[in-house]
Formats: sequence, structure tokens, C-alpha cells
Amino acid sequence: MFRLEPRASAPLLWQVATPIMAVIATMIVGGLLFAALGFDPVASIRTIFWDPLFGPAASYSRPQLLVKAGPLILIAAGLSLGFRAGIWNIGAEGQYIIGGICGAAVALAAYPLEAFWIFPAMILAGALGGCAWGLIPAMLRNWFGASEILVSLMLVYVAQRIAAWMAFGPLKNPEGFNFPGSRNLQQYPAASNPELIANTGLHWGVIAAVLALAVTWFVMSRHMLGFHIRTAGAAPRAARFAGVRPERLVALCLGVSGALAGFAGLFEAAGPAGQITENFGSGYGFTAIIVAFLGRLHPLGILLAGLLLALTYIGGELAQMMLQLPAATVQVFQGMLLFFLLGFDLLTRYRIRRRA
Amino acid sequence: MTNVFRAEGLGKTYPGVRANDDISFSVEAGEIHALLGENGAGKSTLVKMIYGLVRPDDGHMMLMGAPHAPADPRAARAAGVAMVFQHFSLFDALSVAENIALGMENPPPRAELARRIAELSRSYGLPLNPARRVATLSAGERQRVEILRCLLQNPRLLIMDEPTSVLTPQEAEILFATLRQLAAAGTAILYISHKLDEIRGHCDRATILRHGKVIRTVEPRAHTARELAAMMVGAEMRVVDRSGRSPGAQVLAVSGLVTPASGGISLREVALRLHAGEILGIGGVAGNGQEELLAALSGEVTTAPGTITLDGSDLSALGPEARRRAGLLAAPEDRLGHAAVPEFSLTENTLLTAASRQNLARHGLIDHGAARRFAESVIAAFDVRTPGPGTAAGALSGGNLQKFVIGREVLGRPRVLVVNQPTWGVDAGAAAAIRQALLDLAAKGAGIIVISQDLDELLELSDRFCALNEGRLSAPRTTDGLTIDEIGLMLGGAHGMEVGHVPA
Repeated sequence: MFRLEPRASAPLLWQVATPIMAVIATMIVGGLLFAALGFDPVASIRTIFWDPLFGPAASYSRPQLLVKAGPLILIAAGLSLGFRAGIWNIGAEGQYIIGGICGAAVALAAYPLEAFWIFPAMILAGALGGCAWGLIPAMLRNWFGASEILVSLMLVYVAQRIAAWMAFGPLKNPEGFNFPGSRNLQQYPAASNPELIANTGLHWGVIAAVLALAVTWFVMSRHMLGFHIRTAGAAPRAARFAGVRPERLVALCLGVSGALAGFAGLFEAAGPAGQITENFGSGYGFTAIIVAFLGRLHPLGILLAGLLLALTYIGGELAQMMLQLPAATVQVFQGMLLFFLLGFDLLTRYRIRRRA
Repeated sequence: MTNVFRAEGLGKTYPGVRANDDISFSVEAGEIHALLGENGAGKSTLVKMIYGLVRPDDGHMMLMGAPHAPADPRAARAAGVAMVFQHFSLFDALSVAENIALGMENPPPRAELARRIAELSRSYGLPLNPARRVATLSAGERQRVEILRCLLQNPRLLIMDEPTSVLTPQEAEILFATLRQLAAAGTAILYISHKLDEIRGHCDRATILRHGKVIRTVEPRAHTARELAAMMVGAEMRVVDRSGRSPGAQVLAVSGLVTPASGGISLREVALRLHAGEILGIGGVAGNGQEELLAALSGEVTTAPGTITLDGSDLSALGPEARRRAGLLAAPEDRLGHAAVPEFSLTENTLLTAASRQNLARHGLIDHGAARRFAESVIAAFDVRTPGPGTAAGALSGGNLQKFVIGREVLGRPRVLVVNQPTWGVDAGAAAAIRQALLDLAAKGAGIIVISQDLDELLELSDRFCALNEGRLSAPRTTDGLTIDEIGLMLGGAHGMEVGHVPA
């Protein structure tokens, strides 16, 4: 028999190795799953993980990598701050939706005016919207002790209903033949978030994501604020002793992660999505949680994890088209990734010993 | 009289250190046998072997005439060995009765167990409500749970690791009455302590360990405390130097200090005055408001305006960081998780309290180089034994981490320093170094408040003494001429009796 023995410290090697092991295990178990469903496992895995980058149609799918990774990284960078402090924002999806709606609303209010300030105003509105949506669970926790996990999660569903209301009501395109959905912002130059370099997928959201990573890296490693965030996560009493006010930290972490999710929503609404529809929320906010953990809450890790999860989105769609794999493939893959990561994480804190 | 326990030639080697070497001694039925030695002398390793936590490399043990080689603590308990640890192993979220049931092989029904706990706690003078949650208990009360847990097993050999460190003298007397009662019934008691007077007063024999070897087994009553100490450390004990201090102007004034009751005890109208160069000792049994007082002084809890003034300016509404800038520093009791973050390196732990006073961060930007240099200076000045400032705080021994935590504040040149339990669980050498550092700091003109349960320590350090009892602070008395008995009465006597009124 085997038993688990606690380690004195978490070795760096295992911290780096477990995400990689999780990816490999996901590929193996995913392949077995596809085989059980009657698909060729090798072809399936290759279609998901290899073909989007190097396959015959890679020139079409490669730019999508940045398009998908941008919002994931942007949201995960914000989430990592709170997660380090033990503040669990599970509702980035809602903050993303509200950010998108607020940004789009500014553009639609200004339509058809062409002015330089419109896009900056949209960015500001998106951030403020996401921030406000994130501050609701923060305030409820600070004032009434409500769990931010539950409140932020529930607010996702509220945000989804608001998106539907907006698409059918206030933001509906007046020239849209009564179809639900707002005007397409890609056709409104002052408000659009275009591809900046052709065939790269690079848009302002990707740039914002890289900036967000740089800033979070700086704050977490060089600034007292980051030190206080880490202290609060590791030893709440020590943080209080150091002078950290827990309420402030809760508001800050939820507000900032909400604002970054709002950014992501705005850039999506003005760019790749183009409009607010009933189904504007596409799950980035939830997938970003996986990105944050897979990336070990570290900026560099988040960058790599964001690209990997983006790959599963694109590869999943490709597999759907080429091999007729079920549409749920992507979610199964992302779920397995998190599952295996949390499982293998045991190895960073414990070692397996054979029972004498 | 028969041997209950006998060890013959026990040895244990850890990588790089011979923890126990050729240990032979025996414990008779009905005796209280002391195991005496400094931290690192091998006491822990020895009792861990008896309790089945560690297996000896050489030698063998006998219990009740039969070979004793327990594979694990369960086997040791089944053989009749019970142990009260110095560090508690209780689940905060569970009640007293549930914690005790968890440690038993075949726990009786809940009501029956609660009845037996109440009965035992009454007859041994260790009051405890079986239904209370452990999280709400003080350190002293938690220890009672551990003691009762052992007594419920009717052990043949009872091992006690420094059990009186959190009791008042009167409570300790009652504990010894309990132990006498057990011994009279034939239980052998192995009693680990470094309090020499206690051992001389209550133990029948003492086995003295030094550097993993048995120095000799003596009758403690036949020796003076000084002689025992000399055998223990191998040289004369260092005596702290109290000279060179003269109280100056008043620096800190506390009046009408009240804190809200939040789970624990609340402070009630606490008032005190502290002068420059003075050490004020605050004694009391754990759970009578010590942590609350430290939190109110450090700024973790803010209080009504005018309750805390430093050099005439009101600090009551300020948080910990602002108070530090004003010169009021503190070192809480709990080293791991309160005074320091176990996962962080020593360098990072300097940032916890010294960031502004040592200029380790400017406009929020951390100067890692300066933090490392400051950590190195604390390590050097306080003889902290560690591979370097990059070592995680949690990897240090209790005494070394405590030296670091106290040193971090002392080097911050405080106007006023408040420490809670500065030497709890710290070996004799480190404790002496910490006490000397506090005395030196006072000699340089700082005012110091020492909150402690170690009365010897308070008498050794402080100029004036107050007792904290159920959130109330007594009027101060000068320590010169104060006896342990008088202090016991100030502390409210044994276990919750009416507060004693001592004429000044």
C-alpha cells in the first residue's frame, strides 16, 4: 500500500511539473474517451492540439489563438490577485458581460458620431461596469459577511438576463429588422476594436492583456500591495498585524478583477463579437478561473495557460467541423484539465511513500 | 516498588546528530519522575520513542515487565502510555467532548462521555465544559482538554511535557495534587520541565539529560536549583543583567480601554501608565484578555478616542502601520501566522512590520536588497540559527523564530514595545538572550510592556507588575519584595474564584 506524507515545502520542480502532467493526462484520458465514442483517438488529439497551429488550415486558425487568449489572460490576471489573497471571485463571467454592455452602450449612445474620444470612453465605461459588478459581492461580504463566492457566481446569471434584456430591448438595433442584438460595432469605425495587424488576431484586448500581466507581475513581486495580498492569503492574522485592512483588500481585489473582466468584455463586444446579443457571455469568465490556476497564479504561467486554453477552444471547434466530435468536447477538456491539475497538485504538498 | 518503565541503552541518530546516546533509566510505580534538560538535550526524542512516534536505533525498553516496542502511538496507548504534549493537537471546530472522543479507541456514548469528563475535571480541579468549542478556549483551557484526554485512558505511564507553563501557581499546585493522587494509585509519571523549583518541590527523582546523554539521576530535593541548572547546562546559568535602568518621563498612557466581546474575552476599563526605561509586567492565565490587550495596543483593534496616547498624541483611531511610525511596536504571542508568515522567507517577514521604520519600501516599492540586509542584521544581532535570510520562517525552530521576531521589533528602536509571551516554548539559552535584549532596550530608554504567563520571567524583568483577570487589569505593584503567593492572589486565585483583593 501507499500513503501520503506531507512535504515541508512545495518544491519548484513539482509546481512546474504538475500543470504539464495535467495536460498530458487530459490528452490521454480525452483520447480514451474519444475512442470509447468511436473516434480515432490519435486523430482527435492531433486535431485539437496540433492542427490549429500547424495543420493544413492553420493560417485561418492561428490568428484565433490571440483572439481567444486575450480575454482569458486579461480576466485571469485580475482573478489571480484575489485568489492569492484568498478572495474568490467566481463571477468574472458576469463582470465580463456587464463590461461589454456598458462599453457598447456608450458607443451606441454616440452613434453615428465619429470622434476620437468614443473608444477611450467605451474602455472607461467597460472597466467601470465590470468593477461595479465586482464590487457588489465585495460590499455584501464587507457589510453582511455574505460569501463572495456565491454572490459573485449568482450575479453571473443576473448579468446574463441583463444581456438578454439589452439585446431584445434598449440596445436592440433599430435597423436590424427586429432581430435581437445591438448594432454591429465592427461597422462603426470610431467604436470598433479592429485587428491591428492583419492575420495575427492582435487587437487592443490582447495588448491590454499583456499590460495587465506586466502590471500584476510588478505589483505582486515589487510592491507592498502585492506583499499584503500574499500575506492575507497565507496568514490573515499576520496581514492584519501588518496593517492590512481586510475589507479594503476584498473591495480592491474584487473591484480590480471586475474591472479587468469588464475590459475583456468591452474589447470583445467592440471587436471579435461585434455586438451585444443574448448569448454575449461565452464562458471566458469561467475558463479564466482554470487559466489562473493552471498558470499557478503567476503571470508567466497565466500567459502560457491562456494560450493553451485558447488552443482547446479552437481545436475543439476544428474537431467538431472535421471529425464531427460533439460540441461539448471543449468543456470536457477544460474540465478535465482543472480536475487533473487539482489532483496532481497533491504531489506538490505531499510525497507518495510505500507503506512499510 | 516495581519498575513500570525501564530504558536500557536507548540510542537514536538523525542525519548529522546523535539525538539520544545510550540512555538508561527507570520510572517506578507511584513516582513522579522528572526529565530535565535544555531544548535540544534529547528529551523530545526520548519521549517520542516511548510514545511510539520514533523507533530507537539501539537498546530496548520494558513496560510493566514486558518488552515495549510500540510501532505507533496507538500501540503505545494500548500498552498503557499516555502523553500530554506541549503543543496541542486539538480540532478548533469541534467541542471538548468531540475532541476527546476522537482520541479514544472505543469512545463511549456522548452523554456518558460528557458525564465522565465533567466528573474527572471536577475531581482533578480542571474545570471544563464538555460542550464548548475548542476554538473559544484559551491556551490554558486547551491544555486541560489534553490532560483530561489522557486521564480518561487510565494510563500506567503518564508523560507530561511542560504542563504548568500556562497555569497560575495555585492551579499548578492543584495539578500537582492531581498528579500525586494518580501516583498514589500506582501510575508512574514522567514529567518534563525546565522549571527547577517545580521539580525540586514535587518530583521524587530527576533524570538529567545533556547533549543526548544521561548525566545522572538525582533526588532533586537534595540539590539546589543552581546545582540542578549547572548539571543541565554543564556550566553556571547566565544571570540577566538588570542594571543601568532609570525610569524617565511617561511615554504611554492607557485609560478607559474597552473592547467589544468578539468570541473571546473583552477588555474592561483597562488603564495603565508606562514610563521611558521601564518594564511593566502583565501576568495572568491565558484567555483573560492578553491577546485582546496586545491587539488593542498594536492597532489591530481600534478603540474609543483618548484611550491610548503615546507622548501625548492620541493613537486610539490609528491602525498598526501608523502606530509603528509613531514608535509603538508590538510582538504577538503566536509566532507562526501572526507575528510571522511561515511560508515566507525571513527577508519577506521583515516587511511585515519593518517596512516603514527601516525604509524597506519607498512609495510602496519594495527594496528587496534593503530587506535582506535588515534580515541579516537581525540574524546577526540576535544569534538566529538559520542557513540564511532566504529560509522560510516556518523552517526555523521556535526559539530561533522568536529571536527573529523580537529582534525585528527591538532593532526598530521603539518608543514603546509590547510583547506577549516572549519566551513561550523557547529553550533556556534563547529565553535568556531575549530577556537580556528587552532589558537592554529598556536601558536605552524605551518603555516595554511584557505580557507573560511565566511569573519567574515577569519577576525577573519587570519594575512593576499588574495582573490581567477576565479583561480587568489590576493596579500595578512594584515587583521588589512581591512574592509568588501574593501574585497568585492578584491573578484571581485558582480557576475562577473571586478576585482577590490585595492591600497595597
